[in-house]
Amino acid sequence: MTDRLPRLLALVPYLLARPGIRVDEAAEDFGVTEKQLRKDLELLWMCGLPGYGPGDLIDLSFEGETITVAFDAGMSRPLRLTGAEATALLVALRALGETPGVDGEAVRRAVAKIEAAAGLAQPAGVVVGLGVREGEDTAEVRRIVQSALTARKALRITYYTASKDEITERTVDPMRLLIVEGRSYLEAWCRRADAVRLFRLDRVDEVTRLDEPAAPPPYAEPTDVSSGLFTPQPDQLVATLVLEPDARWLAEYYPVDAVEELEGGRLRVRMRYSDRSWMIRLLLGQGGEVHVESPPDLADQLRTRARQALELAGNLAST
Amino acid sequence: MSIARAERLVNLVLCLLSTRQFLSAERIRSIVPGYADAPSSDAFSRMFERDKTELRELGIPLETGRNTGFDGFDAVDGYRIARRDYELGDIDLEPDEAAAVALAARLWDSPELTGAAHGAIIKLRAAGVDVDQSSPAIVEPKVRTAEPSFSPLLAAVQEGKAVTFSYRRPTPAELRTRTIEPWGVVSWRGRWYVVGHDRDRGAPRCFRLSRIVGDVKVAGPADSVPRPENINLLDFVATTGSEPAPASTAKVWVARGKAAGVRRRAKVLGTRQVGGVTGDEVELELRFPESAASWLAGFGPDVLVLEPEVLRKSVYERLLEAAR
Repeated sequence: MTDRLPRLLALVPYLLARPGIRVDEAAEDFGVTEKQLRKDLELLWMCGLPGYGPGDLIDLSFEGETITVAFDAGMSRPLRLTGAEATALLVALRALGETPGVDGEAVRRAVAKIEAAAGLAQPAGVVVGLGVREGEDTAEVRRIVQSALTARKALRITYYTASKDEITERTVDPMRLLIVEGRSYLEAWCRRADAVRLFRLDRVDEVTRLDEPAAPPPYAEPTDVSSGLFTPQPDQLVATLVLEPDARWLAEYYPVDAVEELEGGRLRVRMRYSDRSWMIRLLLGQGGEVHVESPPDLADQLRTRARQALELAGNLAST
Repeated sequence: MSIARAERLVNLVLCLLSTRQFLSAERIRSIVPGYADAPSSDAFSRMFERDKTELRELGIPLETGRNTGFDGFDAVDGYRIARRDYELGDIDLEPDEAAAVALAARLWDSPELTGAAHGAIIKLRAAGVDVDQSSPAIVEPKVRTAEPSFSPLLAAVQEGKAVTFSYRRPTPAELRTRTIEPWGVVSWRGRWYVVGHDRDRGAPRCFRLSRIVGDVKVAGPADSVPRPENINLLDFVATTGSEPAPASTAKVWVARGKAAGVRRRAKVLGTRQVGGVTGDEVELELRFPESAASWLAGFGPDVLVLEPEVLRKSVYERLLEAAR
């Protein structure tokens, strides 16, 4: 309920700017239930200027489901933005301005207007750079994906799945382009997987916009990335690894839990993963910087794979 | 907040906005409905102090001062709210600008910043701007603040306080206490950093929030951090990391039907048998040469590096170590 006073102070100017607005529409704009909004209006009706007679109190007139302000008691404008509010909005806008696929011109105009209205409440101390690196191929993929999103058309994509090291063809119903942690993803309903999937744009090798409309099923929920891209899943495999100092970055890059500091800057971690072959590729690439403690068959498989590679490479040297 | 309190606070704001005179606490007590309920002067004082704090926390510019009259100054301080300082300036957004604002407000996945952005949107709407947040965005960037140190560091930056924390550097691995005068918190490619003057090093430094161990403690009074003029915090973080090496090419052998991740970037030069295994010789553009050796070594017997020699050796050594 700590949001209530700011809402009460904003309500009268809000209604003043929209004579005859529907109660449910106003409730939605404030992110509260209709019942709560009606309570707020009843409370405001009891407030007003000293004297507190009939002509001094805030006066709202109801007509059916709509509201109009008859007397505002001097509360005609909203309170200025706080430093925190201006920061949250302007820092986000500036980050947007540099985002591929976003209308940077409109963003810059919005920044200028909000800065002017915010006055002294200038953002300080927070900067965001999304830092999206986009090669020429990926930029082209993004343009086609965006056009399909705008026109609500399905897409045919050739996609590289890194976890399985395989390339597949899929028909997908695009939902949005998501930019998280410096990378762009197409979020779409994948008809092959029969589920919502995130496709990294730099792993989309080919893309064609189809004539058929995009039709994600009504139960296709947008992915919740508020706790990160890698959410633990019950069916995931787990390995216990010891990372040498040069491999500690793995713990910052991949989802790990139960981190334990060891002597000499080494780290013991439990790492979750979905695909054994992916884990083997990752670990082979680290050479001696990562030691597998468990499961033992992962360690065996890793050694076998390395020996096979060395043996084959030996052939190469002799030719 | 109780109904009575919410009502009292709205009435207090309306009253102080409507007056040009400073109103003393006693006068406010007698005018504004709700204060009459206070059973004693002490109870009223506590109530009024709490209300003043609440208004100031919301950013309401509550002025304190004394009126001048024929017989000099008032004996006690009074209060008023200057309308010019209270009201949000005029603002009118075009539909595309309003769409940008709606998208910006959704950028944050952050307890601190999501709420503040929502507060700003409410005020813009109250200023008559139509910010539609229900229509889906086509491009949607998201920024999280998951690190526990984010909130105390942001507060320290905004209050101009020095801080101290334990920081773990990966190479060489060490855990050290650092004391810094923070200038800002910066998110670059999804990672958060704090930038400031490092008192121990006597120089500007940036620290990754995910490497801070334990609590961030305040180490100085408010407004005691001199912030340099014209410093671009983002440049500081973005250029501190290593520059990407220029792209280079390599020639590798790929077993038939294997290593799709390599093949999708490769140009086939011809077929070749190695140790009885059929495959292709391909040319490959290495976008991230610094990580190419571990990427290629990962494919084991499915990919063998032919050229350049440095890369071949580097992959070979990794496999040797992994085979032990």
